Amino acid sequence: MFTLKQLCVLALAFGSFVTLNANADGPRLGRPVSNEELAAWDTSVMPDGSNLPAGSGTAAQGAKIFAQKCAACHGENGAGAAASALQPKGPITSINAAEKTIGNFWPYASTLFDYIRRAMPWQQPKSLANDEVYALTAYLLALNKVIGEDATLDAAALAKVQMPNRHGFVMKFPDRI
Amino acid sequence: MNHRSDELPPVAGNGLLDRRAFLRGGMALAGYTVVNSAAAETLVDDAWSRVPGSVTQPYGERSRFEEKVVRTLTNPQGEPRVQNARTPLHLLNGVITPAGQHFVVAQAGAPDIDPARHRIAIHGLVRQPLVFTLEALARYPQVTRMHFIECGGNGAPLFSPQPLAATLQALHGLVSCSEWTGVMLSTLLEEAGIDPRAKWLIAEGADAPTLTRSVPLKKALDDTMIALYQNGERLLPSNGYPARLLVPGWEGNMNIKWLRRIKLTDQPGYTFPEAKTYTPLLPNGKAYNFYFVQEVKSFITHPSPGLKMNGAGLYEISGLAFSGDGRIARVMVSADGGKTWAQAALQEPVLAKSFTRFRLPWRWDGGSAILQSRATDERGNVQPTRTEFVAARGELKTVPPVAAFPNQHHNAVMSWGIDANGGVKHVYA
Repeated sequence: MFTLKQLCVLALAFGSFVTLNANADGPRLGRPVSNEELAAWDTSVMPDGSNLPAGSGTAAQGAKIFAQKCAACHGENGAGAAASALQPKGPITSINAAEKTIGNFWPYASTLFDYIRRAMPWQQPKSLANDEVYALTAYLLALNKVIGEDATLDAAALAKVQMPNRHGFVMKFPDRI
Repeated sequence: MNHRSDELPPVAGNGLLDRRAFLRGGMALAGYTVVNSAAAETLVDDAWSRVPGSVTQPYGERSRFEEKVVRTLTNPQGEPRVQNARTPLHLLNGVITPAGQHFVVAQAGAPDIDPARHRIAIHGLVRQPLVFTLEALARYPQVTRMHFIECGGNGAPLFSPQPLAATLQALHGLVSCSEWTGVMLSTLLEEAGIDPRAKWLIAEGADAPTLTRSVPLKKALDDTMIALYQNGERLLPSNGYPARLLVPGWEGNMNIKWLRRIKLTDQPGYTFPEAKTYTPLLPNGKAYNFYFVQEVKSFITHPSPGLKMNGAGLYEISGLAFSGDGRIARVMVSADGGKTWAQAALQEPVLAKSFTRFRLPWRWDGGSAILQSRATDERGNVQPTRTEFVAARGELKTVPPVAAFPNQHHNAVMSWGIDANGGVKHVYA
């Protein structure tokens, strides 16, 4: 490591070193960025529902969108085709991951919204409006009997959804956190 | 000194010899696939010795005789689903996986990223959100580390109640090892200024599904890096070009390829892969989550299913051992299905969270044998036997397709059955 005095000498010799301080172990070339600039990328929704966007949708609306944009891969009414089935299956009775469904396994509803918005439809991810993502989330949760058929989801309602298997997990390495 | 193999006393059952025997020299080895060179032949100048060879190309290519040494693909026609490419571990040697042979699990293909336009953002619970260009990252202190990456689903079909008629490549081809060069993530996080409330980060790729995973901040500050180079050259697109997160020893899926964003948070995101996929179901109906570590594992690559023995005689048993928890301390090998064991030699250097190759001379008598390897890491973690593993993690009710992922994180001892014809197959012992 350089001493502070050596760094000052270096900073004088090279104009580009002006942002250096005595504790830096890198050249400090990160460009400060505002949250507004990051907004298009920052779509991570947390399990407590934080960072959910404005908008809303119903299961009925979601059923129509699903038929148009999802059924080609996931099958009619989510029965499964080239991509996995999304219908409920009853309780898990083995260690086979094929038994996992949204209703019997997923711990948080936030994951559905986050993943559909960023990754679906497979051929055109990030093409859905937030209202459509809320509607599809409502449709899949209703299909899995987690919420009622007539429910409307928005940020507040989604944050309140309790998934049935919420407490079905054991953290394998809690000491690593 | 010149020892004949039949002069060496075995150190364990069914012909296992002392691991130092080869160092004494003079021992003739039989090969796994090549024909014995005992037949008389007159050596001649072949055609390639009598004309000038091919012109050197800007980027070297393999011999045309090696073209079959390739990864196996689950959807070679680009079918719209997750793509898997499995490393031909039985046809490689040493500990480095060539970049083009590195395993791939890609949710939606490899993006065609222009490095001049690629950005990596660090934000969330930081003093000052920052964005980095690759040009900027090149100015940071670089480190070079050898690390394996293993898919959490490597060996998934081995939860089968019956042995599988499959090659080593099919069973364990989702693990590879490279030399990685890049910037320590801690350097960039400290530049952004870590808010004391931050406990996790969410890392995001720039691929079509912008795959995200949560990584504990403790690990991020320990040995996590942003890898820019693999085996000396820029990452291949399928391995994350131009930048990937490298979370040494932890679940492959956490090593986010095409890294574009890191958000510091006070809680994990429960992203799709960590909420649904990498959550192994347990026999008691619960499921593990945040499994993180690829636990100590080993398997014999030579011989292994996909290769054939070539007549009785002296062979070198060789294989790979690795642990997401540190260095390999010891590998034991058995040729009699686990009744007796001999300690294998470890090829130096033995590095943490990297492949370690082990070797042991073996005099095969031409009869049936069951080969096994069992690794222990420096933390004292011992690779479980299959019996121990099934007791803890259960097994499937029916035999799964070999390419399926019915569960995750399988690291039990592997058994290869050798028959009198030299065939090698997966067995349970």
